[in-house]
Amino acid sequence: MVQDNFYHALKIDAELCIGCSHCMMVCPTEAIRIQNGKAKLYENRCVDCGECYKACPVKAIYIHQDDFERIRSFKHKIALVPAIFHGQFNPSVKRTQVFTALKACGFDQVIEVEQGSGILLEQMKNYLVSHADIRPLISSFCPAIIRLIQVKFPSLVDHIIRLKPPLDITSLYCRKKLTDQGCNPAEVGVFYITPCAAKIAAIKSPVGEEYSMITGVINMDLIFNKVMKKLGEGKLDNEQDKHEPRLELMNWSLTRGEAGRIPGTCLAIDEIHNVIEFLERVESGKVTNVDFLELRACDESCAGGVLISNNRFLVAEKLRKDAELQECGSPDTEIDAYKDYLMRRIGIDKIHPRSMMKFDENLSEAMMKMEKARLIMDALPLADCSACGAPSCQALANDIVMEDKSIKQCIFIQRKRELTGEMTPEESLDLMKEIWGNDKFINR
Amino acid sequence: MHFEYSVEGGNFSTAGVASSQFKKVLNQLNIAPDIIKRIVIALYEAEVNIVAHANSGTIHIDIMLDKVQVVLEDEGPGIPDISKAMEAGFSTASPKVREMGFGAGMGLQNINNNVDRLLITSEVGKGTRLEFDVKLKTV
Repeated sequence: MVQDNFYHALKIDAELCIGCSHCMMVCPTEAIRIQNGKAKLYENRCVDCGECYKACPVKAIYIHQDDFERIRSFKHKIALVPAIFHGQFNPSVKRTQVFTALKACGFDQVIEVEQGSGILLEQMKNYLVSHADIRPLISSFCPAIIRLIQVKFPSLVDHIIRLKPPLDITSLYCRKKLTDQGCNPAEVGVFYITPCAAKIAAIKSPVGEEYSMITGVINMDLIFNKVMKKLGEGKLDNEQDKHEPRLELMNWSLTRGEAGRIPGTCLAIDEIHNVIEFLERVESGKVTNVDFLELRACDESCAGGVLISNNRFLVAEKLRKDAELQECGSPDTEIDAYKDYLMRRIGIDKIHPRSMMKFDENLSEAMMKMEKARLIMDALPLADCSACGAPSCQALANDIVMEDKSIKQCIFIQRKRELTGEMTPEESLDLMKEIWGNDKFINR
Repeated sequence: MHFEYSVEGGNFSTAGVASSQFKKVLNQLNIAPDIIKRIVIALYEAEVNIVAHANSGTIHIDIMLDKVQVVLEDEGPGIPDISKAMEAGFSTASPKVREMGFGAGMGLQNINNNVDRLLITSEVGKGTRLEFDVKLKTV
């Protein structure tokens, strides 16, 4: 497969990075190395899960976002907000207040992402029936999981349900509705308020779609602060009573939001290491009799997104309560008028693997490199100390074969070679400086 | 390239270790996903057969440029009637084994459906030898 350079929302600020290797140790796809005292990202391996962002002690990892002021260059400014957004506020803050505050920030319309979930749910049920030969089927909801499967579980790409996630369905709906109302499509700006980096990456370089319907992405923490400020100013009371129709399926982005609604044996697995553990089982042929997998990269699903300001357990609980309270209201059925239109466009293209596991495209080359890596592993200490700037001995062995690294980066090898006179202590020190930077060898 | 794994009879908690490990090798060698799936399913079924029926066994795998060749040899009860064992639903597994989700009688069928060549030889009271190939390129 083509090894395109995928867009990544997660960036490393080299100025701030202290080369502490915390990010490297938590990365589930071993996409980070330390070089010259800084974290370096192997872009093709990164799935934008955000684990490094959470682990960084100096906030050197940041999430690139569009400039908020960009919304002003559009005549029609639409905010696409996941329900998880109001889950962050104090229980006394009503959904309508949050909507009003969002409008006060500059948006003309606020639309909840979960509006598209109803149509999706219906199609997912059909999909499970029409694809009875593929089990388990995997939800296309979490973009970090789709990327994880592409790079780490290439043989499972066909298990991903090829239907648009709610975000894409809802943005399609907004655009169509506004165009039907006579708006010039070029003047419509649809901005998604994101709880995580993976969603940004999915919008900037979509998988299984030619282009995204979303104009820009704004980080949820930024909007949270803006809305908090507006709420604090307290000028929103007059609009508080305005009726907002009930949002069905508002807990879609929480754990079991999908699995709880699909018939059959359905598992909901959140947190990326849990997901990896389970996908290993699936790929090894050990999982039978499971129909559907809801897989989410974050613990507590989107409530645990890296851009969520409040604690994930509290956010999830608030949203669950909200969903229960909402049951009595009349549902928003406006989207149903566009059902046929959306149903026709709900499919996505084939998702291609882009394996980061392979040694080479060519089998005999790959076998040679694998053999070489095996021999290197025999010489390495298997201590996974990562003093070499790679997360494990296996990662170093693969890097030596694939990335032109040297076995002399291993501190155990250095000691042995110093003893035999093959290396001088100065050479060892220079190598260590190349990895960890000069600063770490200066007395503070 | 040659790979070797040993399998412990009766230990269901570690059943499938060889297929998991070998799956990683196949991914690293950039074998096509559909081929990986077939090899892994066949290997897993055969591995579980050893765990379920035999005392112990070994797996030898050779990766060649055109095929993957797998040989599983076990020390165990053997199969008295191989053609009967190949029938769908035929099972000699104990209720205890079935309770654990194994022994549905689809194992050999499933292997046969996923490989390009299958050869089973067995001696009652001694053990079973199962050999299969999966081609790497469609001819």
